[in-house]
Amino acid sequence: MGRVWKFGNNINTDEIIPGRFNITTDPKVLAQHCFCEVRPDFPSSVKPGDLIIAGENFGSGSSREHAPLAIKASGIKVIIAYSFARIFYRNAINVGLPVFISEEILTRVGDGDHLEIDFENFYVKDPETEGIFPFQPLPLFILKIFKAGGIIPFLKESNLEDLC
Amino acid sequence: MGTIAEEVFSQKLGREVHAGEMVLADVDFIMSHDSTTPLAIAAWEEIGKPLFDPDRIVIHFDHFYPSPSINGSLLHQRTLAFVKKQGIKNFYHEGICHQVMVEKGFVVPGTIVIGGDSHTCTYGALSCFGTGMGSTDLAVSYVTGKNWFMVPHTLRFEIQGKFPQGVYAKDLILNLVGKVGAGGANYKACEFSGPTIHAMSISERLTLSNMAVEMGGKVGLIETDEKTFRFLKNRTSRPLKIIRPQNPRYENVIEVEAGYLQPFVAVPHQVDQIKPVEEVEGTEIDEFFLGTCTNGRLDDLKIAAKILAGKKVHPLSRMVVNPASNEIYTQAERQGILRVFRDAGATICNPGCGVCVGRHQGILAPGEKALTTMNRNFLGRMGSPEAQIYLASPATVAISAIYGRITDPRKILSTFSPLP
Repeated sequence: MGRVWKFGNNINTDEIIPGRFNITTDPKVLAQHCFCEVRPDFPSSVKPGDLIIAGENFGSGSSREHAPLAIKASGIKVIIAYSFARIFYRNAINVGLPVFISEEILTRVGDGDHLEIDFENFYVKDPETEGIFPFQPLPLFILKIFKAGGIIPFLKESNLEDLC
Repeated sequence: MGTIAEEVFSQKLGREVHAGEMVLADVDFIMSHDSTTPLAIAAWEEIGKPLFDPDRIVIHFDHFYPSPSINGSLLHQRTLAFVKKQGIKNFYHEGICHQVMVEKGFVVPGTIVIGGDSHTCTYGALSCFGTGMGSTDLAVSYVTGKNWFMVPHTLRFEIQGKFPQGVYAKDLILNLVGKVGAGGANYKACEFSGPTIHAMSISERLTLSNMAVEMGGKVGLIETDEKTFRFLKNRTSRPLKIIRPQNPRYENVIEVEAGYLQPFVAVPHQVDQIKPVEEVEGTEIDEFFLGTCTNGRLDDLKIAAKILAGKKVHPLSRMVVNPASNEIYTQAERQGILRVFRDAGATICNPGCGVCVGRHQGILAPGEKALTTMNRNFLGRMGSPEAQIYLASPATVAISAIYGRITDPRKILSTFSPLP
């Protein structure tokens, strides 16, 4: 079970990890500055297994992979958003950070709620209210990358052609 | 058959493909810079396979070059070791990656270039399917020479008419981003077309395509014409193809009459927060910044220099000018443009991205405001998260610099002396 960190629309990569903290490739250091400006309590309070629930176009802006890496190293287990910016979505899948789309969850859960996630059946559950919120299953080729734990583990075992 | 995006993928794959299809395609060049290369190298090392073709890799130092910190220098050092050891021939430190890519002929019609930078969408101005990806995706292409793509649906912009005085390509693209919204073209290709686009210089087209990503666009495509060929003639030895839409089906077509446009400003902290300049006129500005992959080319500098000739930047403001590349720097110097800026009291910095990404050369203090020709005004981008960034055309920035506050360029544009 994890705590919900709720965000609005158009959360951009500068908000996830400001450019001036980008002069490192160490995910742990990146995590220390993750959301430090828009949610100053995030880096110190986030716990492994927490969830991010967000609105439209999450991760817009730059192509910096530091953004999903920072979130992943923060311990976030999954991001469920109304929609994702294209590059962020690819990057998250590639680095093995689960990202899912749900059009209703944003309005149904609040910041600080605690939810359980079921990756096999594509839903999150509020154990207090027994409420179940499904999210969209992944397209097949993305599911293959996701199941391998990212594109790097996938490529170690398979060829790119196996995605199709 | 199809949109420009479908045409590129169909020609590349030798079979007709359509929007929505997932394809594996050969990548012509894999571009990255000092900020995104180190992660790509790390991902490549982790994959543990040899490079498919070192000559397809293009690496630039521009985001923090020369380095302002030991950390930055360490990243440069690590990347340089990779360049040496792997024999990467295409290694540059002479300006903003996108400008240098275009100048050096890496960007030609009908090719696919992926870049570890979201503004790789700029290459669409030369009918090249350029698109931004993350570092791990670059590493995937390092070892395979390929990558996977979803052939995108296309949002087409049809522009006709002539810009009124004081209105430029930047005002047009700000207007379009405002219309469509920050995520309005997400996962889609943008196509810019119509008589206004046909009449534009390559530099103006690059300004439009550069900001496609600010509405979520995967690429900002413009069909090949004689200007594309003329621009590329002495820059590449690769065969030049003509890429045009053939019986295309668009997801949406947005028509704009250029004659009705006005100067626009994007206000903090999102690029789609667009206002006509008169609504923010009078806003006091601490830093004026002219440069970037959006508006740091010769014609941008010329427009600003024409306005600043014989004038001074407001004494309580500062102005920073970054030509986008060494080639542009040299031309601007020869044409006396840099001297105009120096005489006006502006500070001319080396070509690069440092100001626009808040690394060095003009970092904002809390409470400060900047009016810039950049493509992004995100919170904290140029330094303090308590600073505010406004985006506008080079003309609006230059005129405003004289007064130290946001000023409508139309009011005074006719009174300027010509360039020396």
